[in-house]
Amino acid sequence: MKVLPTTNTDVSRSRWFRSWGYHAEFYAQTWRGSVASSVLFPILYLASLGIGVGHLVSHHTGLVDGQTYLHYIAPSLLATTTMQLGEGESLWPVLAAVKWVRTYHAAATTPLEPDDILMGKLAWVATRAFVTAVLYTIIIGCFGALQSWWCLTLPFIGTLVTVAFSAPLVAYAARSQSDASFSTLYRFAFVPMFLFSATFYPLSTYPGYLRPVVQFFPLYHGVALARAAAFGQGAIAAQLGHVAVLMAMATVGIAWGRRTMRRRLTD
Amino acid sequence: MSDSHILEAHQLVKRFGDFEAVRGIDVTIDRGESFGFLGPNGAGKTSTMRMISAVSQPTGGTISIFGLDPRTDGPEIRSRLGVVPQEDSLELELSVRHNLEMFGRYFDLPRRIVRERATELLEFTQLTERANDKVDNLSGGMKRRLTIARGLINRPEILILDEPTTGLDPQARHLLWDRLYRLKREGVTLIITTHYMDEAEQLCDRLVVMDQGSIVAEGAPRTLIERFSTREVVELRFMTDDHEEYFDRLSPFAERVEVLPDRILLYVNNGDDTLRDVHAANITPSSALVRRSSLEDVFLNLTGRSLTE
Repeated sequence: MKVLPTTNTDVSRSRWFRSWGYHAEFYAQTWRGSVASSVLFPILYLASLGIGVGHLVSHHTGLVDGQTYLHYIAPSLLATTTMQLGEGESLWPVLAAVKWVRTYHAAATTPLEPDDILMGKLAWVATRAFVTAVLYTIIIGCFGALQSWWCLTLPFIGTLVTVAFSAPLVAYAARSQSDASFSTLYRFAFVPMFLFSATFYPLSTYPGYLRPVVQFFPLYHGVALARAAAFGQGAIAAQLGHVAVLMAMATVGIAWGRRTMRRRLTD
Repeated sequence: MSDSHILEAHQLVKRFGDFEAVRGIDVTIDRGESFGFLGPNGAGKTSTMRMISAVSQPTGGTISIFGLDPRTDGPEIRSRLGVVPQEDSLELELSVRHNLEMFGRYFDLPRRIVRERATELLEFTQLTERANDKVDNLSGGMKRRLTIARGLINRPEILILDEPTTGLDPQARHLLWDRLYRLKREGVTLIITTHYMDEAEQLCDRLVVMDQGSIVAEGAPRTLIERFSTREVVELRFMTDDHEEYFDRLSPFAERVEVLPDRILLYVNNGDDTLRDVHAANITPSSALVRRSSLEDVFLNLTGRSLTE
C-alpha cells in the first residue's frame, strides 16, 4: 500500500459543513433508537392529553381560548418536543465528545477549528429539529389543529426553539467536568418549564403574580409563537418579541460556546 | 528554515495558570526522520505534542511546521498531519470501517477516495476481517491500530503518536512497532512520545529526553547511552529492606552506583568481571544480573529518578 506523503491542502469547502456531514452520517448509522422519542412520544402525549383530558375539559369549560383542548395543546407540544430535542442532543453527547470518548478532541486534530466543530454540531441539531418539526406539523395538521397559513412557519419556530436551548447547553456541557449537574437541570429547570410554560393551559389561568415567572421561561415564548402560528392569531409585534427572546438565547449561547469549546479543545 | 527541517520549535513554552508544563524547549525534526520524546508521565510530552500538532497554541516561543505558522495556518498544517492521541477517541457504536470513512470527511476527501484508502488501511493495520464489527467489541491492540489507520486517512507527511503502546500486551506492541517501521520506510516522518525506553530505542532515530518540562539530553539512542552511561550494568538484589546500606561497600567496584528501592545498580564496562570481583570480596547478593545499558540508565543518570516511577 502507498502512504507516500502527498500534499492535500484543500481546505476550501466550509469546514463546519464537514462536521455537519459527520453528524449526519453518524445519525444515518444510529437513528433507530431516537425515532420513538422525537415523533412517537409527542403523538402519545397528544392522544392521551388531547383526547383524554380534552374530553373532561370540554365537559367543564368548553373551549380553551376558542379552541378545543386537543387543538389548544397541539402547537405547544411542538415547542416542548423541539425544546427536548435541544436538551437531549446537547448535554450528555457533548460531554462524551469532550471528555469520555473525546471524539471532539480527535476532530480538533484535523483541519477543523473548534468553531467549526461547534457550528457543525449546532447546524446538525437544527437540521434534526427542522425535520422533526415538519413531521410534527403534519401530524398536528392531521388532528385538525392548523387553522392558518402561518402554520407554514411552524418548522422554523421549532428549529429556533431547539437552537435557543441547544446553543447555551452545548456551551455549558463543553466546560463541564462531570454530568452531576445535568440531572439537576432536568429536575429543577426543564421539567418545571415543560409543565408551567402555559403549555397545557393559558397564561390567564395563573394568578397575576405568577404570570411574569411563566413569561420568564424561554419555553413560554416558543409555546406562544407556535400557538399563534397554528391559529393565525395574536399581534405581530408580540410574536416578534418572542422571536427576539429565542434569538437572543441562541446568540448568547453560540458566543459562549465558541469560548468554552476553544478552551476545552485547544488548551 | 532549511528545506530538510519539517518542524522547528524554538523556546517553546506552555503554561496552565501557574503551572509551567513545557519550559522553553528547542526541537528540530528532519523530513523522514523518526523522532522521539522520552520521559516519565508529567514530563510535558503531551503538552508538547499538542503544540506541535497545531492543536494547542504555545504560551511562548515559536513553531514552524512545513514552514507554516500554526497561529495562522492551523487548518492547512493539520490537513498534512496525522495524529494518534493517547486515548483512542473512536466512535464506539460504529463499525471499524465507518470510523475510518467518517474521519475522512473532516479532510473533505471525496467519498470514493476515502473508501479506497479505508480498504488499504484496514489491510495495512490487519483489521480487514473486523471491518464491519462495532469498535466496542475490539481488543485494545485492535483499537490502537484502528486509531493509527484513522491518523493515516489523509496520507499525512508527519504521523504524531502519543504513547502509542501504553496498555498493550507485548505481542500487540510488536505488531504495532512493525507497522510503524513500514511507515517510516515509506517516508513518513514519525514523532513519538513514550515512557518506555525499549520503545524509544526500537523506533527512534533520534530523541530528546524530557524531564519536568525541559529537555535534559538529545541524540540518537546509542549515542545517548554511550555518552551518559557505561557499557554494562550489574543489577544486584540483597535480602534487606534498605539497599542503601550496601552503597559504601559496592562503590569501589563501579564507575557509578545507583540505589533503587528494590535493587542496586553498578555501572561498569565489563559486568561479568565486576560480578566476579564482588563475589571475591565476600559480598553475596540474593540475585545478580548483568545487562547492557539502556535509555532507562541514561534517564536515571541525568535525573536521579526512574522513568516509570
